[in-house]
Amino acid sequence: MNDSPAIEFAHVQYRTSGNRVLLFDLNLAVRRGEVLMLLGPSGSGKTTSLKLINGLLAASEGRVSVDGKPVAEWDLIRLRRHIGYAIQEGGLFPHYTVWENAALVPKLENWEPGKLRARVEEVLNMVGLPPAEFDTRYPHQLSGGQRQRVGLARALAADPPILLMDEPFGALDPITRAELQREFKELQQRLSKTVVFVTHDVSEALLLGHRIALMDQGTLRGVYGPREFLAAADSAVKPYIDAFRAMQQVFQT
Amino acid sequence: MFDFIFSHPREVLALTAEHLWLVGVSMLLAIAAGVPLGIFLTRRPRFKGVVLGGNSIIQTIPSLALFGLLLPLPWLGARADRLAVFALTLYALLPIIQNTYVGITGIDAPVREAATAMGMTSRQILWHVELPLALNVIVAGIRVATVICVGLATIAAAIGAGGLGEFIFRGLSMVDNHVILAGAIPAALMALAADQLLGLAQRLLARVGHAR
Repeated sequence: MNDSPAIEFAHVQYRTSGNRVLLFDLNLAVRRGEVLMLLGPSGSGKTTSLKLINGLLAASEGRVSVDGKPVAEWDLIRLRRHIGYAIQEGGLFPHYTVWENAALVPKLENWEPGKLRARVEEVLNMVGLPPAEFDTRYPHQLSGGQRQRVGLARALAADPPILLMDEPFGALDPITRAELQREFKELQQRLSKTVVFVTHDVSEALLLGHRIALMDQGTLRGVYGPREFLAAADSAVKPYIDAFRAMQQVFQT
Repeated sequence: MFDFIFSHPREVLALTAEHLWLVGVSMLLAIAAGVPLGIFLTRRPRFKGVVLGGNSIIQTIPSLALFGLLLPLPWLGARADRLAVFALTLYALLPIIQNTYVGITGIDAPVREAATAMGMTSRQILWHVELPLALNVIVAGIRVATVICVGLATIAAAIGAGGLGEFIFRGLSMVDNHVILAGAIPAALMALAADQLLGLAQRLLARVGHAR
């Protein structure tokens, strides 16, 4: 480790093969151990930014660096095993059991069996799926919330220093979502990973993030702490604050 | 109606065995070529038009004509069974290539994306994700191809490759339905058996794979 930011975007542009620009001149540094929320409506470039970090997409201009090393210079397989990835609906392997899904990355890394077993057990317990009850189940035998937990366990299994999360709680009912958000927050306080978390939900961003990067139409509008965000003067922030206040009022009455 | 079959059991068995051999070898070759070709198309989709289109053209050539057209070819034309196997393989190829391609490309995008993002190499993704999840669709293609192949193999007798078609052509020339049936009935049973067997395999795989 060095004192460079965990993740850094320098003048990054991303164009599709059809030459549509999805991301304009992005400059952003993610500090070690922080949870950075990428907040914005769909099409704002947040998922694109996330995929540039683990090399699922390659920047058209500029440079994305992880641990001070440009993504283009990383061995992509090594880079990806160094970064946990959790997505909406989990993206679990339907033909793998809960155990096999969670064990995926340590297995790819050829961990020795004893260490692997201990770690998978630990990580399943961590996400609230006791292995004794869940290890042999298949994803289709789980609820949406449970699938999401397995997705999180899989992302955490090899203990990567960085986690990327793409609306991981987006498809859940409000109660399960709140529960997972709370547990994620506790987990993060314990593990202090560097997390980049994509969301379009302002209260999720305020609840989980150390900082919030607001994106709009492929541009970064600003990066704010939760308090700063609520006080920000940017016109792009306003609709989010309004939505948040409106929701608060509902709860207060 | 079955007089001929019962009075010539040895001959019926021998031709049935020959028929099975023609179909078996052709199918093995078609699977060995078709599955890798289907996988190749998922990696290089721009060849899809050429490969699938070329194969569709072969499918439109009447089998009798194809057997005849291949006859003058140097190495192939030298032995009738060799030529028959080659032609049958060509016919069996399309459903196998197509189903391999469709089976793999039909896998949920998030599953494939997660596999890549977890740091699986493309070979690991192929063996641990794509093939297991596409297997029952691939077997469905093999099933269709096998049934087509059992039927078409009867035509191979026209070029002297043997098989149950011998009885059918002999019966036609003798205007003797008993002899025709001695070829047609075992061939039909063989097609049904292959269909049932592979259907069973497919259901088993679907159960594992959708539990998957």
